[in-house]
Amino acid sequence: MSEADTFGRMLDVLCPMHLILDQDGIIINAGPTTQKLFPEAPLAGQVFLDVFEIRRPRQITEFHDLADMAGNRLHVMYRTDPPRELKGILVPGPSKGQVTLNLSFGISVVEAVQEYELTARDFAVTDLTVEMLYLVEAKSAAMEASRQLNKRLQSAREEAEEQAVTDVLTGLKNRRAMDIDLARALAVREDVALMHIDLDYFKDVNDTLGHAAGDHVLQEVARVMREETRSTDTIARVGGDEFVVLMRSVRDELVPVHVAGRIIEKLMVPIMFEGQPCRVSASIGTVLSSEYARPSADQMLRDADEALYHSKHEGRGRHTLYSELSALSAVEAESGTG
Amino acid sequence: MHGLVNRAIQRFVTDCYGEAQWLAAVERADIGLTEFEAMLTYEDELTEQVLAAVSDVLDRPYEELLEDIGTYLVSHPNVEALRRLLRFSGVDFTDFLHSLDDLPDRARLAVSDLELPRIELKQHGAGFYRLSVQSRVPGAGHLFTGVLRAMADDYGALVFLEHQGNTNGSEVVAVSLLETEFAEGRGFDLGARAG
Repeated sequence: MSEADTFGRMLDVLCPMHLILDQDGIIINAGPTTQKLFPEAPLAGQVFLDVFEIRRPRQITEFHDLADMAGNRLHVMYRTDPPRELKGILVPGPSKGQVTLNLSFGISVVEAVQEYELTARDFAVTDLTVEMLYLVEAKSAAMEASRQLNKRLQSAREEAEEQAVTDVLTGLKNRRAMDIDLARALAVREDVALMHIDLDYFKDVNDTLGHAAGDHVLQEVARVMREETRSTDTIARVGGDEFVVLMRSVRDELVPVHVAGRIIEKLMVPIMFEGQPCRVSASIGTVLSSEYARPSADQMLRDADEALYHSKHEGRGRHTLYSELSALSAVEAESGTG
Repeated sequence: MHGLVNRAIQRFVTDCYGEAQWLAAVERADIGLTEFEAMLTYEDELTEQVLAAVSDVLDRPYEELLEDIGTYLVSHPNVEALRRLLRFSGVDFTDFLHSLDDLPDRARLAVSDLELPRIELKQHGAGFYRLSVQSRVPGAGHLFTGVLRAMADDYGALVFLEHQGNTNGSEVVAVSLLETEFAEGRGFDLGARAG
């Protein structure tokens, strides 16, 4: 066996993606992996520059220019569809005038192994490509498992939020909880009062002093409402600056009128935020379940809202009982017809 | 124990015996959950309780159960990804055996907090090896017996495996490699990703 043959066989094992070119630029030996890229015909015997193209560091069309590229990092294109780019390095030898070129897929190896159905045996034992492919695959699998976990956590979170009964900012209950409590009370024919409270001038506080001031005001208002109601009552924040209080075991208007009066009075005092006074007041409308033959939650909420609207209309910072309102409209109706 | 390990036990039971058997097992184990998350970590006791309960519910001896799990991990199409990752370790079964020492490190490269049993392979003559497995959960040697049996099939090698009990806190599995190319084996295409 000639020395050149021995050298070729060594390279087949050590760097199976190599080419040896003779002094005329004709391929005389192609590594088994290089050959795998060209299943149609043997590379040996073909003119290197007919099959490959050197793109960088500069375009090379003549073989004698190629020999000058020894030791440089080369970008090698080969004419397939689509054309693929390889990395390579060239050294002179083994015989005088000959050059040896070692090639690599670079980062495109992931696609290349699929396209050419390469196996571990197509890479040198010392080449870390197979380890890299292992990592790519292992990391993708781990990533997918994490993604699945995140997805499940996300939907668990959404579900928990949906089932939540508390308003995070004020610690009061939310509309959902209010609806449940009201429905339960009405179902057992308990006498209740429903108080709808809307803050006046709250938007001004938000606009002039900012949302932090607005949040502080809401928390203070919540504190006042807690102080002025009984522990058995339900207080809910049902909108940005809207609250509903459900008072249990209320047969007449005395207690709600008293409570509403105290809330309005307390909120007359400006709430301080970072040294700035925030001025709000409360408009309230109240309805009693005892006013109805068959009280329904929807009807009571609507009527409380109407009483509240009357308070707003009459100049804010006041309380209206729905019973007064209906008495009033009855009088108006009478005087209208009479 | 890492969620991946617990999840593997869960998938083994549901894939091979059905969801009902799994639910019966977790109820028997009384661990307060019905499903393991692959990417969370659980107390070691949970794993042992679940394995004991599965063994009871399926009426399979503990050692056989672990060997079945090992076989399942390599051969069931639902866990093809794992077989592929194992096949990356070696081009033939001998190569694979010699790479087993690296297995815990390979696993950690993929999932940094995944701790696999410590494995050591020693050759005792041509085609005869002893594998020591050291694990926090008893029976890991039986699990590896299942894994090796299935991997031998995968590579098309003919092996004889024998669990030889415990020595100095490690379980020992004797591996006799009778023929490396006994059957065709299953192909391994580097580029084909498991779905």
